Amino acid sequence: MSVAIGTVGPGGGTSGSRRLVELIFRIREFGIIAVLLLFVAVTASIQPRFVNSQNIKFVFSNATIFALLAVGETLVVVTRNVDLSVGSVLGLSAFLSANLFSQVHGMPIVGVFAAGLAIGLACGAVNGAIVTLARVPSLVVTLATLYIYRALDVIIVGGGLVVASSLPNAFLAIPTASWSRLSAVPYLAIVIAAVVAASAYCLRSFRPGRELYAIGSNPEAARLAGIPSGKRIFFAFVMSGGIAGVAGVLWAATYGTVDSTAGYGYELTVIAAVVVGGVNIFGGSGTVVGAALGALLLATINQALYVLGISSFWDPAIDGFLILVAISLDHWISVRLTSALRKRSLHHAT
Amino acid sequence: MTFDGRVPSTGRTLDGPAPPAGPVGPLLELERVSKSFGAVHALVDTSLELYAGETHALVGENGAGKSTLVKVLAGVYWPDAGTLRLGGRSVVLSSPAAAREAGIAVIYQEPSLFPDLTVAENVFMGRQPLRSGRRVDSKAMRRRVLELLEPLGVRLDPERIARGLSIADQQVVEIAKALSLDARVIIMDEPTAALSAYEVDRLFRVVENLRASGAAVLFISHRLEEVFAISQRVTVMRDGHRVFTGPLEGLTSQDLVRAMVGRDVVERQSSQRVKPGETVLKVERLTREGVFVDISFEVRSGEIVALAGLVGAGRTEVARAVFGIDHYDAGAVHVAGHALRRGAPAAAMAAGVGLVPEDRRLQGLVMELSIASNIALASLGKLQRFGILRRAAESRFAADWATRLRLKYGRFSDPVSTLSGGNQQKIVLAKWLSRHPQLLVVDEPTRGIDVATKAEVHRLLGDLAHDGVAILMVSSELPEVLLISDRILVMREGRLVAEFSHEQASEESIVAAATGQTSKVPS
Repeated sequence: MSVAIGTVGPGGGTSGSRRLVELIFRIREFGIIAVLLLFVAVTASIQPRFVNSQNIKFVFSNATIFALLAVGETLVVVTRNVDLSVGSVLGLSAFLSANLFSQVHGMPIVGVFAAGLAIGLACGAVNGAIVTLARVPSLVVTLATLYIYRALDVIIVGGGLVVASSLPNAFLAIPTASWSRLSAVPYLAIVIAAVVAASAYCLRSFRPGRELYAIGSNPEAARLAGIPSGKRIFFAFVMSGGIAGVAGVLWAATYGTVDSTAGYGYELTVIAAVVVGGVNIFGGSGTVVGAALGALLLATINQALYVLGISSFWDPAIDGFLILVAISLDHWISVRLTSALRKRSLHHAT
Repeated sequence: MTFDGRVPSTGRTLDGPAPPAGPVGPLLELERVSKSFGAVHALVDTSLELYAGETHALVGENGAGKSTLVKVLAGVYWPDAGTLRLGGRSVVLSSPAAAREAGIAVIYQEPSLFPDLTVAENVFMGRQPLRSGRRVDSKAMRRRVLELLEPLGVRLDPERIARGLSIADQQVVEIAKALSLDARVIIMDEPTAALSAYEVDRLFRVVENLRASGAAVLFISHRLEEVFAISQRVTVMRDGHRVFTGPLEGLTSQDLVRAMVGRDVVERQSSQRVKPGETVLKVERLTREGVFVDISFEVRSGEIVALAGLVGAGRTEVARAVFGIDHYDAGAVHVAGHALRRGAPAAAMAAGVGLVPEDRRLQGLVMELSIASNIALASLGKLQRFGILRRAAESRFAADWATRLRLKYGRFSDPVSTLSGGNQQKIVLAKWLSRHPQLLVVDEPTRGIDVATKAEVHRLLGDLAHDGVAILMVSSELPEVLLISDRILVMREGRLVAEFSHEQASEESIVAAATGQTSKVPS
C-alpha cells in the first residue's frame, strides 16, 4: 500500500523515536543511580569508613523522610503545581503528634501516626481547596500557607518543646529498627521503598494517576477530555499534605526533640530532590521513583560531606549545582529530542 | 437560500452504505443561530443542516464566521440565540464535554494533545479500558488503538509519546479519539492547512471512510479543489451570514468564490506601486536548526514582499529572527547595508525595523494600558523630558496618529482591550509607524479583523510602501497576498521553495508551491 511510502519506514521511524524517548526516560533514572554510585565509590575510596553499616543506616534514615515528602510533592508537581508548605506541615504535625504522648497517657503509636496523618490531610485540603476553588496559583497559595502553618506551629509550641524522654522507646526505635544490629537497611527504608513502589504503580495503572499527568501535560486538553481537573489537583494536594503529616511523625521519632523549627526549609530540599529526580517542574512527566532516588542522592551527598570532613556549609551549594545540572540536562534532552524529530520530518518531506 | 430537507443524491459513488434515500431529517440542525462579541457580529441568524453519510463543506473568507460556527458546535461558545437539534431533538451544548457526549467531535487545525503521554493514552484519556481492580488495561488500550488506526490506513506506534508527532499524525490521533467515542458528527476545521499533498490524500481516504460508515462530516477548507474532491454539499458564509447552501454538483469554484466574496475586490492601485528603490533588507542564508534552512532574500524600499506558505512552514520564525526576537544558527541579516546583531530586537529597532507581531494580544499590545500609552510605547524616548514621560505630549502624539489611521475609539484613556480587533491592529501599526521605520515586518496583519478594517490596513500598507518603506509581510490569506504584494516568496517546511512576481502569482501556483505539489525551485 502507498501508506508505507510517506511515513519513512513507518515501523522504523516511529518506534525508533519511541526507543529514543524511552531510552532517555530510562537514562533519567539510571542517571541518578549512576551519579549515586559514582559518589559513593569516590567517597569510599577516600574514606572507606563511609560504607560501613552505621553510615549507610544514617543515610537511609535521613533519606526516608525526604523520599516520602518527594512522593507527595511529585503528585503535585506533575499537575503543573507546587506545594511549598510541606516543611511547615511537617513541623506542625511533628509537634502536635509527638506531644500526644505526654498529653494522653498510654497513647498508642498507631494513634499518633493517625493524628499526624489527619493534621497533614487537613493542611493539604486547605491548600487544595484554595488552589482549585479560588483559582489562585499554587505557588502563591502554598507560599502563604508555608508561613501560616509555621506561625500556627510557633503559636502552639510557644517556648515549649517535646523531648525524647517523653517519648516511648518503641516510638524512638522506629527509624532505626532493622533485622540485626549489623544490617545497614532499616525496616523503615524498606517500608518507604514499598510506599514509593505502590505510588508508582498507582500513578501508572489507575485512571486518576494518568489524569494527573494529563493535567500537567496540557491543562486545556485535559479540560476538553472531561477530566475533573479541580478534583484531581485537590486530591494531589491532600495527598501531599497527608504524606507531610506522616513524615512529621517520623521526624519526631528520628530526632526525638521537637520544637517549632522542625522541618524548617524542607520544602526547598524536597523540590530539589524532585527536580534532580527528573520530574518536570512544569508538569506532565517524571516518576515518584525518580523523585525518591533524587532524595536518596541528596542525603548521600550530605552524609559524604560529613564523613569527608567537608563543612556542611557546602551542602546547599552542591544541591544547587545538582539542580542546575538536572534542569540543564532536561532542557538539553528536550531540545535535542524536538530538533531530532523535527529534522526527521523535514528530511522525509523533501 | 431555501432548503427542502432532502438528501441530494449526487456524488455518492463510493462504497459503504448509502444514507437512506427520500426525506429524512438532518442528523444535526443548527437553526437561526447568532453570536456576537461586543460590537462584532460573528454569526447572524445562521442555519446549517448536516446529514448522516454526507460530507458537507463550509467555505468562506477568513472572518466570515466559520470558526465561530465550529466553536458553537463544539460547545466552546454559547450562541446568543438560535437552537441546535441533534437527531431531531433540541440540545444545549454547555461545554466541550457535553458536545462530545452528544456525539460531536471536532478536529482542529492544530490539535491539542498531551505531549508527554503516549498515543494510546491520548486517544483514551479519561476513558481508558479497565481490567480487574479498576486498573488501566494497557494491552487492551494498545489493541483498540491499533484497531482504530487500521481503517485509517495509518501506522502509528500506540506506545510512543505524542511530542514530536507531525500535525498530520496528531490529527490522526484526534480522529482515532473521535472514532473511539462513536462520534456521529465529525467537524474538521481546516484540517489540511498544514498538511503535505500526501497527507491530504491520506486524510481524504479517512474522511471518505467516515462518511461511508454513516457519519456526518463537516469539512472546512480554504482550498476549493479539496471541497470539490470530497464533499457532496456546501455552505458558503460571508460576514457572519449563510449566503448559500446546496449540492456541489453543477457548481464551479468561480460560483463559490463569487458567493464567498460577494463584492468587488479592490486591488492595490497600480498607480500606488512605485519602482522599488535601494535594498533595505538583505537576508543571507539564514538557518535555524530544525526550523528554517538557508533562507536568502531581499526587500527593497517601496516594495511589499509577502512570505506565503502553510502554517508551520517557518514564516513567522523567519520574521522573528529578522527582527532579532529569535536566535538563528547561521546566516546574516543586513538592514540598509549594516549587519544586524543576532537576537537583539533593540538593535533592529535602532536600525529602523518595526515588527507587527502575529498575535497582537500577546505580543503587540499591553491590553490593560490606555490607547494613548500603547501608541506611544515605542516612542517614549521622544516624549520624555529628563527621563519623565510628559503625559500631554503623549496624548497629542497619540491623537495625531489616531486621526491618521482613522481609529475608532471612545476615549484615549480607555484600555486597549475595549477596542475591536481591527482597531487594536491599527494601534500596533501606529506604534511602529510613529518611529518612521525603513523596514516594517508585519505578521498576519489582518488576522481576525473585519472586512472594512482589513481594506484600511491594506491601504495603509500600500501608502507606506509608496512612501518608500520596505515591507515584509507574513500572511496566510492568499487573497491578501495576491492583492497587495509586489513579490511573493513561498516557504515550505523551513525552506524557501518558490518566488513569484505580482504578475506571475496565482492562488493555484502559490498553493502548489506551499504544499509541494510541484517542484519549483527558487529562481
